[in-house]
Amino acid sequence: MPVKVGIPRALMYYEYFPLWKAFFNELGVDVLLSAPTTKTILNQGVSACVDEACLPVKLFHGHVLDLKDKVDYIFIPRLKSVSKGEYICPKFCGIPEMIKYSIKDIPPIIDVEINLRNNYNNLYKSFLAVGKLFTNSRYQINTAYNQALKAHYQYKSLLKSGRLPGEILEGKRSPGLKAPDLTIAVIGHVYNIYDSYISMDLLNKLRKQNIKIITPEQIDNRLIENKAETLPKRMFWTFGKRLLGSVLYLIEHEKIDGIIYIMSFGCGIDAFVAELSEIKVRKSGSIPFFLLTLDEHSGDAGVNTRLEAFIDMIIWRKQNEGNIPSHG
Amino acid sequence: MKVTFPHMGNTCIVVKALFDTLDIDFVTPPPCSKRTLEIGTKYAPEFACLPLKLNIGNYIESIEKGADTIVITGGCGPCRFGYYGEVQREILKYLGYNVDFIVLEMPKGNIKEFMARINKLAGGKSVISIVKAVKKATQVSIELDKLDKLCWKTRPREKERGKTDWILKKFHHQVVKVKGADKILDLIYHVREEIEKIELDNTLSPLKIGIVGEIYTIIEPFTNLKIEQMLGNMGIEVDRSLSVSNWIVEHMIKQALHLKKNRPYEKAALPYLCTMIGGHGQETVGNCVMYAKEGYDGIIQMFPLTCMPEIVAESILPSVSDDFDIPILTLIIDELTGEAGYRTRMEAFIDMLYRRKERKLLDNEYVLSGN
Repeated sequence: MPVKVGIPRALMYYEYFPLWKAFFNELGVDVLLSAPTTKTILNQGVSACVDEACLPVKLFHGHVLDLKDKVDYIFIPRLKSVSKGEYICPKFCGIPEMIKYSIKDIPPIIDVEINLRNNYNNLYKSFLAVGKLFTNSRYQINTAYNQALKAHYQYKSLLKSGRLPGEILEGKRSPGLKAPDLTIAVIGHVYNIYDSYISMDLLNKLRKQNIKIITPEQIDNRLIENKAETLPKRMFWTFGKRLLGSVLYLIEHEKIDGIIYIMSFGCGIDAFVAELSEIKVRKSGSIPFFLLTLDEHSGDAGVNTRLEAFIDMIIWRKQNEGNIPSHG
Repeated sequence: MKVTFPHMGNTCIVVKALFDTLDIDFVTPPPCSKRTLEIGTKYAPEFACLPLKLNIGNYIESIEKGADTIVITGGCGPCRFGYYGEVQREILKYLGYNVDFIVLEMPKGNIKEFMARINKLAGGKSVISIVKAVKKATQVSIELDKLDKLCWKTRPREKERGKTDWILKKFHHQVVKVKGADKILDLIYHVREEIEKIELDNTLSPLKIGIVGEIYTIIEPFTNLKIEQMLGNMGIEVDRSLSVSNWIVEHMIKQALHLKKNRPYEKAALPYLCTMIGGHGQETVGNCVMYAKEGYDGIIQMFPLTCMPEIVAESILPSVSDDFDIPILTLIIDELTGEAGYRTRMEAFIDMLYRRKERKLLDNEYVLSGN
C-alpha cells in the first residue's frame, strides 16, 4: 500500500498545493487533503490552539486534527522565506512546533525548512530532503521536482485568468459573467479570501450580484513588484508586500469601484498592511474602502448587511455622483 | 533640529548620555502614562502591538514639546518592529505632523546610507567622536542594567521595606538634571554605593521568578505593571532575561561589526524550537529552559496582544513546563489591561509557588497552609 501524506487544507494550501501534490504523486506517494472547512473543524482548531493566535493558524490546527488518524505523515513545511531577502510571518516559521506541542499523538510531521532568504538553491535541497523519505532514487526526486515546478507555474497562470483557487483545485467550472456592473478588488491573504467558509463565501456573493472581482493573485507579479519598490522601505513580508503592492497598483492603474480588505483578527502583518493600504487609498482620492475583520465568531448576517450597504453606496454614488451636493 | 525618541524603560538615560555627548538638541518624551496610551490607541492601527501604540503616544507628546525629528532603530523582520518606522511615519504624516524620521539601520547592507543618516543626526561630528560617544552610552547602559540586577537582589531582602525603591526614585529624579555621560556614570556609581549600604536580612531565601517575553513589554515599567518592583516588594527575587545593554551590545554593535554573538539560549531552546522566528521568540523558550535548569521556582511570560513570535513561544511553553516541572504564567498586555486583575493573578501564582516549595521541603507531604 502506498504511503499516505496528509496536507491540511489551510494556510499555504491555496498558494502551493499543486506543487506539493505533483511532487508527492510523482514519488508514488498518496496525498490526502483534509475536508473543506466546517464549523466543527474550526471549533476543534480553536480549542486545540493557544487563544492569542490568529484565525488562520487556529483553523490550521483544526485541519491537522481532521487528518490526524487518517495518514502516515503530515506535511507541515516550515516556510521561513519564499523570496530573496524576505520572510513570511513568524508564525509560519514556528508552525511545526505550534502543532507538535498543541496536538498530542499525531503522525510524524514532515517539517522541512524552506528558506530562500539568502539562496534560491535551497529550494531544491528542501525537496531533496523530503524526497529521500520516500525513495533513494535521485533521478526520481529530480523528475518529481521538475514536475512539481511545472504544475506550480501552470497553476499560477490559471490564477491570473481570474479563476478562483477553489475552482481550479477542485475542477469546478467558473461562472461566466455578463458585462459586469461593478468591479471590486478583494484584498487579503490567500487563506482568508479563498476559504469560502472563513470568508463567508464573499467572492461568490459578489459574483452573484454581477460584480467583477479582482484579487492580488490575478495581478502580474512584476507590476506588484514595481509598485512595492516605490515604498520608502522594502517590505520584508512576501505576502504583505503582495497585498500592499496590489493596492498601490489598483488605485493607480485599474478602474475599480471599491476595495474590500479582508483581514483576520490578530494578524500581525494585516495590522500594518491594512493600515498602510487604507492611508494610501484615502490619500488617492475617492475609492471606497471597506475593511472586514474576521474571527471565529463572525456571523453571516452582520457581514451581509455591511456588504450590502457598501455595494448600495457604490451604486448610488455611480448614479448620483455630481448631481446632488452631499451637504444638502 | 530637535530630536526625540520613544521610551523603553531606562533607555531614555542611555539616549540622554549619547545625545549630551554629541551635543544634539533633544526632547525626552514625558514618561509613558495613561494619556500616552490613549493618544497611541486612538491613532495606531487597532491590531498593532502595544509598543507601537505607546511609541506614537510618545512622539505626539514630544512634538507638543517642540520636537521635529524622530530617531528609532530598525530591522529586517520577520518581527513587526522592523517596519515600525515606516508605519509610524505614514501615521504621523496622515495626521498632519511635519516631522523627520531617522531610522538607524542599514537598508540592504548599505553602509553609506547608514553613515548618511548618522551624519544627519550628529551634524558633522567626526567618526571617532561618534564612536567614543556610543562607547560611553553603552557603558551607561551596562551600568544601569547592573544597578537593576542589584535591586532585584536587595528588594526582597531589605530590612526596611521600600528603601531600594526610594533610592531609585531619587536617582530618576536626579538623572534628568545632570548633563553628559561621565556625570551620569558618576551618579550611577553613587546610587550603587547607596543601595549596597542597605541593610539586608541574609537569612531569607526568597522565591525566585524569571521574567521572559517580548523585550519592550518586560523592560518598560508602564507596560509590565512595574512587575520587578511589585514582585520584589512581595519578597520575591526576580531576574529579567532581556536587557537594554545586552540588546545594544549583541544586536547593534556585534551585528554592525560582524562579530560572533553570545547566544546561550539557542542551545537551550534547541530541543523545542530549532530556528530563529524573529523578535525574541527563541530567546523566550531558551531562557525558560535555562531558568528551569538554574532552579528558579517559576517563570512569568509577558507579551503584548498579537505579538507574533511570542505566540509561537507561548504554544511551546506548556511542554517546557511539563518537562522541567516548573510553573509558567503567561500574561498578555494590551491597552485595556487593568493592574488589579493582573495583580490578583500574580498573587495566586505566587501562593501556588510557595505551596510547591513548602511541599518540596516536606517530602511532598500535604500540609494545611498557614500552619
